Amino acid sequence: MLDAQDITVRLGRREILKGIDFRARPGAVTAIVGPNGSGKTTLLRALTGDLSPDGRVWLNGHDIATTRPWVLASVRGVLPQATPLAFPFTAAEVVRLGLMGGVEAAEDAMVPKALARVGLAGFEGRYYQELSGGEQQRVQLARVLAQVWHPTAHGQPRWLFLDEPVSSLDIGHQLQVMQIARDFADAGGGVVAVMHDLNLTAMFADAVTLLAEGRVLGHGAPADVLRDDLLSRAYRCPIRVNTAPARGPYLLPHAAGRIAAE
Amino acid sequence: MVAISPDVTADWDRAPRARRTTLALAIALAVVSIFSLTVGASGVSLWAVLGDLAAGREIALADRVVLFEIRLPRLAMGALVGASLAVSGAVMQGLFRNPLADPGLVGVSAGAGLGAITAIVLGGLLPAGLAAALGYYAVPVAAFAGGWASTLVLYAISTRRGRTSVATMLLAGIALGALAGALSGVLVYMADDAQLRDLTFWGLGSLAGATWAKLAAAAPLMILALACAPMLARGLNGLALGEAAANHIGIPVQRLKAVAILTVAGATGAAVAVSGGIGFVGIVVPHLLRLATGPDHRFLLVNAALLGAALLILADVIARVVIAPAELPIGIVTATLGGPFFLWILLRKRGVLDL
Repeated sequence: MLDAQDITVRLGRREILKGIDFRARPGAVTAIVGPNGSGKTTLLRALTGDLSPDGRVWLNGHDIATTRPWVLASVRGVLPQATPLAFPFTAAEVVRLGLMGGVEAAEDAMVPKALARVGLAGFEGRYYQELSGGEQQRVQLARVLAQVWHPTAHGQPRWLFLDEPVSSLDIGHQLQVMQIARDFADAGGGVVAVMHDLNLTAMFADAVTLLAEGRVLGHGAPADVLRDDLLSRAYRCPIRVNTAPARGPYLLPHAAGRIAAE
Repeated sequence: MVAISPDVTADWDRAPRARRTTLALAIALAVVSIFSLTVGASGVSLWAVLGDLAAGREIALADRVVLFEIRLPRLAMGALVGASLAVSGAVMQGLFRNPLADPGLVGVSAGAGLGAITAIVLGGLLPAGLAAALGYYAVPVAAFAGGWASTLVLYAISTRRGRTSVATMLLAGIALGALAGALSGVLVYMADDAQLRDLTFWGLGSLAGATWAKLAAAAPLMILALACAPMLARGLNGLALGEAAANHIGIPVQRLKAVAILTVAGATGAAVAVSGGIGFVGIVVPHLLRLATGPDHRFLLVNAALLGAALLILADVIARVVIAPAELPIGIVTATLGGPFFLWILLRKRGVLDL
């Protein structure tokens, strides 16, 4: 269980997050959505311990502020938005970095296995810097998967924290990566993902937290949060949500106009 | 889906190559070391002495002194200084995530230089008793103290609420370096001609004057730092992803930074104190190895120690023989031979460096 209570983050005098409560359960994909600057990435960074916010974050019962990094690394992997690399490592060497956290998956066969999982079989010897942005993002995902390959360990769920995991991917790879997250959750792990694409969110998420201006505007099942009124208010533009018979809600841009601030 | 080969030594794996390089460098170091013992201004032959030893004959006192009191401590000093400078360079580059970083960035070099200059120029002002006690060691002791002091000041400046900012450290290092340079300039301005000559030669570096006593003082620090370095390897690899990601894969980043900085200050401080300003080794050695076997610090740090030691011993041999019986400062040798060689490598490997 991931349980964050009363999270407040200030940068200088500005409050980025204003007393947010956030919960996510294992076995589910929990999406964090909201307009630019609403605090999505800041919330994720507070949940992973990059920031030291006011408030508490508990992961599997560990208070993450006081838990050793190698203990946290054995239960959760974090995929950042973009990872520039300092030296010319190969794709295989980057993936192998994920095996350092004392995870039982520290086997050499894990490197090709993880690369194959993200559709990059045969990329082992390629220089990371020579890959396209989308390929780099998937190499990093392979690294994170290698770290927490088994979605549960010792009866405890493991967690994936993904910051816009599909932002530089084509539509085929977007679906592939979201399916990886889906499978991880279905096998008992927990997934928390910052998402831009509301349609992908509707397709793959079990729970959605909608942020606007550092506050939670809605939290719950996709059908309860991805609603015309909430989305239009959060994104300040008219949004119409439709329902596909087989797949649930989907939405299309409704009009180019913007809704004025309240 | 492509079949996955369980073969551990897949062709993409650079680790076996790095291990072979370690072996080759160890052999090269041994060869260069033996060579260094056989060469010298006095013409004493290592082989003749060893032959005498084997046959149980008495060794001439002069031969024994040349071999065991001059060449051997000098060899050991060269190996330790070379290894310390190269490993310090590799650690700094990993820490700053920049292939151009060197120990100078954490203020060791500037502080040590200021210490040395102070001792040379103002050494005469010391109370007679203290001056007598320090003797020839005043310069190395002052250099070491200066290097450590500036590193600790820099570390204190860039650490807030238990987190060290590498960027602040870089910038504060430049400011502190400028300050040390200015103070050194004042002292240089005050120095007389003999002192200026001492200063210049100190700055060019030399292994001459290596004695067992000097070695006994400096070696423990360098050996300790060299022994600590391999423990940093995994952490430095992770740090290539950035500090946040390194933390996410389980690396205690703040502890890593503290140990890395102290290691570098210890190794470089001791090396500069006993050998003066020998540039170049700290940047070039790790760079060459990264081009040859990749940036994995598990191999890079060990190989840098071996290559740095071998190169400095070789440079010292050259420094001793080119204008024998006089000696060139070793810094001139490393720069004269290393500079063009490094440029040649850069021109050949330009594509890889642009990555």
